Amino acid sequence: MNQAAPALRWTTFAAPSRFFALSGRMVPWFWVATLAFAAVGLYIGFFVAPTDHQQGESYRIIFIHVPAAWMSMLIYLVMAFWAAWGWILNARMASMYARALAPTGAMFTFVALWTGALWGKPTWGTWWVWDARLTSEFILLLLYIGYIALTEAIDDVRRAANAGALLALVGAVNIPVIYFSVRWWNTLHQGATISATAAPKMASTMLTAMLLMTLSFWAYSFAVVFTRARAIVLEQESDTDWVRATVLGTKEAKR
Amino acid sequence: MSGLLISVARRDLLLARRRRIEALLPLGFFIVAAGLFPIGVGPEPQMLRQMAPGVVWVCALLAAMLSVTQMFASDHQDGSLEQMLLSSQPLVTVVLGKVLAHWLSSGVPLVLAAPLIGVLFDMRAQAIGYLALTLLLGTPILSLLGAVGAALTLGLRSGAALVFLLVLPLTIPALIFGTGAVGAVDAGLSAQAHLSLLGALLIVTLLGAPVATAAALRISMD
Repeated sequence: MNQAAPALRWTTFAAPSRFFALSGRMVPWFWVATLAFAAVGLYIGFFVAPTDHQQGESYRIIFIHVPAAWMSMLIYLVMAFWAAWGWILNARMASMYARALAPTGAMFTFVALWTGALWGKPTWGTWWVWDARLTSEFILLLLYIGYIALTEAIDDVRRAANAGALLALVGAVNIPVIYFSVRWWNTLHQGATISATAAPKMASTMLTAMLLMTLSFWAYSFAVVFTRARAIVLEQESDTDWVRATVLGTKEAKR
Repeated sequence: MSGLLISVARRDLLLARRRRIEALLPLGFFIVAAGLFPIGVGPEPQMLRQMAPGVVWVCALLAAMLSVTQMFASDHQDGSLEQMLLSSQPLVTVVLGKVLAHWLSSGVPLVLAAPLIGVLFDMRAQAIGYLALTLLLGTPILSLLGAVGAALTLGLRSGAALVFLLVLPLTIPALIFGTGAVGAVDAGLSAQAHLSLLGALLIVTLLGAPVATAAALRISMD
């Protein structure tokens, strides 16, 4: 183990061993932040924020729905960024981040679709409409699933990371094209007369609750992605000395 | 450079001609799949006419994905793909030649068969013409995007199934503009906007996809 060079550089935490040590200390704090923000956000959302005069109580699902939808889109871009970084600079850690991000992004996309359906039933009277937003969010889920399926199907670690990076980049380039074509398709068909775009003016307590929930989801994403990245680091670096020392060390400590 | 493109395309077409039945399988799939729809949803001509562009386009998407994995598979198996990567010739041109051959051998038959399906679905003559025209513009997009998927999944156990999952979401814009053009003509409107966008999509894909395919081949053969 070579820890004799403590000089901090921007690449310092690109070393998997250092990432492992640092993230291990950070993950509990991210969980604390997740729970704290969620507790305050949900309290304000459910007890302080006023009832919507049109939608009644059912609108309160936006405190989960909107932050999840934001996260789903943001995580895809972050994932494509890290995947490209890992591909171009041949940085292992960046590729591991990208892989660790994908399931969380897919989960948020699914949550956004699911909570949208739960909101749609009492408000629109239907679980699903082929609205432009719903359709493009659905396509985003397909892109996530494609990325996960491709990286899982390739056994070679480097090929999996680079192939995933290319797919994520192609997807990222295509997202605007897909979004605008879906929107155009939707307006031409006039299928969904109801649209999620006509958001009513929001009371400031509602906005506060939504922002708190967004912060909570951010912290959750960091906690989960770091935990998953730690597992990937251990798996991919399993033949190194420091992993052996870490794994054996914790086992002996438990005894 | 164009000599290389044409010689790669001719070689692949020759190989396809040697295995004629195999090369025509996507066409068979296309006709069978499209033929199942009237049986599944009922024979009302009004409904069939309305569904026809979508059915033909979706079946064409699936048929194209079915054959696209063959673009590199046999060359990968016998090692000639490796030689193409090692050669001093630009890989993008080789990819373009292969895509051209794939389109000629599996895309063009779909374009030619589409009017037949249109007649079975009781479409009007003008709509059938536009359906064939949109497929003529759209099937090269399918071959180009399919090549990216085929290169990414090269040699994988589940490659053929993965291609569907990876590529079909990316083909949605082509599907929208292709069916939109026919729908517009059917409604008595101009299909100009749809056709222009489909053409723009083809140009952008033609510029981007071969580069991505070449990069994917290098990743896969690394």
